Amino acid sequence: MLRDITIGQYYPTESVIHRLDPRTKFLGTIIFVVSLFLFKSFWGFLLTGGFLVCLTVLAHIPFKYVLKGMRPMLFLLLFMMIFTLLMTPGEVLGEWWIFTVTKEGIYAALFMGLRLTMLVLGSSLMTYTTTPNKLTAGMESVFGFLKIFKVPVHELAMMISIALRFIPILLEETNKIIKAQQARGADFESGGPVKRAKAMVPILIPLFVSSFRRAGELAEAMEARCYHGGEGRTKMKPLKYAKRDLVAYLCLIGLIVGCIFIP
Amino acid sequence: MVNFDKVTFEYIRRDEEGNVESINKALNEVDLDVKKGDFIAILGANGSGKSTLARHINALLTPTEGTVFISEMDTKEEKNLLKIRQKTGMVFQNPDNQIIAGLVEEDVGFGPENIGVPTKEIWERVAFALEKVGMTAYREKSPNNLSGGQKQRVAIAGILAMKPECIVLDEPTAMLDPKGRREVIETITELNKKEGITIILITHYMTEVVGADKVYVMSEGNIKMFGTPRQIFKEVERLKKYKLDVPQVTEIAYRLRQNGLNIPECILTVDEFMQCVTG
Repeated sequence: MLRDITIGQYYPTESVIHRLDPRTKFLGTIIFVVSLFLFKSFWGFLLTGGFLVCLTVLAHIPFKYVLKGMRPMLFLLLFMMIFTLLMTPGEVLGEWWIFTVTKEGIYAALFMGLRLTMLVLGSSLMTYTTTPNKLTAGMESVFGFLKIFKVPVHELAMMISIALRFIPILLEETNKIIKAQQARGADFESGGPVKRAKAMVPILIPLFVSSFRRAGELAEAMEARCYHGGEGRTKMKPLKYAKRDLVAYLCLIGLIVGCIFIP
Repeated sequence: MVNFDKVTFEYIRRDEEGNVESINKALNEVDLDVKKGDFIAILGANGSGKSTLARHINALLTPTEGTVFISEMDTKEEKNLLKIRQKTGMVFQNPDNQIIAGLVEEDVGFGPENIGVPTKEIWERVAFALEKVGMTAYREKSPNNLSGGQKQRVAIAGILAMKPECIVLDEPTAMLDPKGRREVIETITELNKKEGITIILITHYMTEVVGADKVYVMSEGNIKMFGTPRQIFKEVERLKKYKLDVPQVTEIAYRLRQNGLNIPECILTVDEFMQCVTG
């Protein structure tokens, strides 16, 4: 059951968007999110929404799959929309008990709901089209300038990529521990939430112990292979901008300019 | 190529206040001399100090007393560190805990990346190394889907890509099934014969050392016996004293001989035994 968890929710197809440099996609997502907050009329949603639809089509990802990314956000979204609806002062349209609905409230709630939806859809499009490893490499390069401020950018990126590599291994190990404990009569299914949470302890402790042991061994193996941090290190797969990245950046500039000047 | 000069290494256990609780001499005045191109095996039971010895060759540990020289470089000197680690690669016991990247080819490229090899040459080296261990078909696969033996071969390829002169293998087969074990031993034997790479194999499986040029037997932090596999396996009783077993077929031949059968001293392989018995 634990094997089914997919991390990063990568959707593999051979599209132009998938082939874009991860830096382009990362910076592009930021530009997209910023442009979402630049316009003040509903025309802006037509522009950004159209942009999003074009991207999804280009990436060969089914719309249903993209919308599925919204599901965990749905509750939060509704919650925030209802609050905005009821808390915005202005021209009163209706009143009931302590609640008042205003014209401004409806506008604000709709605006915020649409903006958040677009924000989530746009950023999940990035994770759908970029493998976690490429994303890490892209982020390492984008945040590379932080090295001046002594931020260990390379080390953080290395940590993320190692974590990604070990997720399936640790999941397998967790399964093994669960089975081993069940074979000795441990019961993970019955009882209330407190009892169930307590039942997790005999899984977590062996898992922690073995993770630390693994970490130690991995560090030793990395050292034995001359790992000494990011300094003087070359890359097997360096990131290279192609023509399509230039086109992508031009489109993004077009989008942001459009959002600024839209009525 | 590898020289140990009276090497002593102590594990010091301290209590919470930092006072010395006990000193455990893992290595005790060990002398070792390995020539370039040799295939040597180091045998020893658990706790005999063989893994500690292996970690000295790669400068993961440095001696408390004495000196270790790798191609005339002292392992204690910081500036030699990367050079030593490039010259003497190390393969560990657990295949999962030494593969760093999420793709086979990226993992093989990890070592060359660390020593600053140009991108184009990394790709050449990776192709070469995967070819040598017979894993080219898996280069774009995730290591998680490989068998134990395949993972160890990827680990060996990762070392090969750094163009080492010597590979130290610390119980590389301990966690593998018989098939994986055979794959690994065949791979390193071939690397030794065809590429002239010095192999130092640390193990407690007797059958794996039959192909070695020289065998060292360790116990209590010391090298107790030293010689060709044939010379070593002759002394069945002495090996037992060091908590080691000779290969099964050698043991049978030894017992038969003791019971008065006309069987030559020290049989190493099943084929040899068959010849003596039938022929």
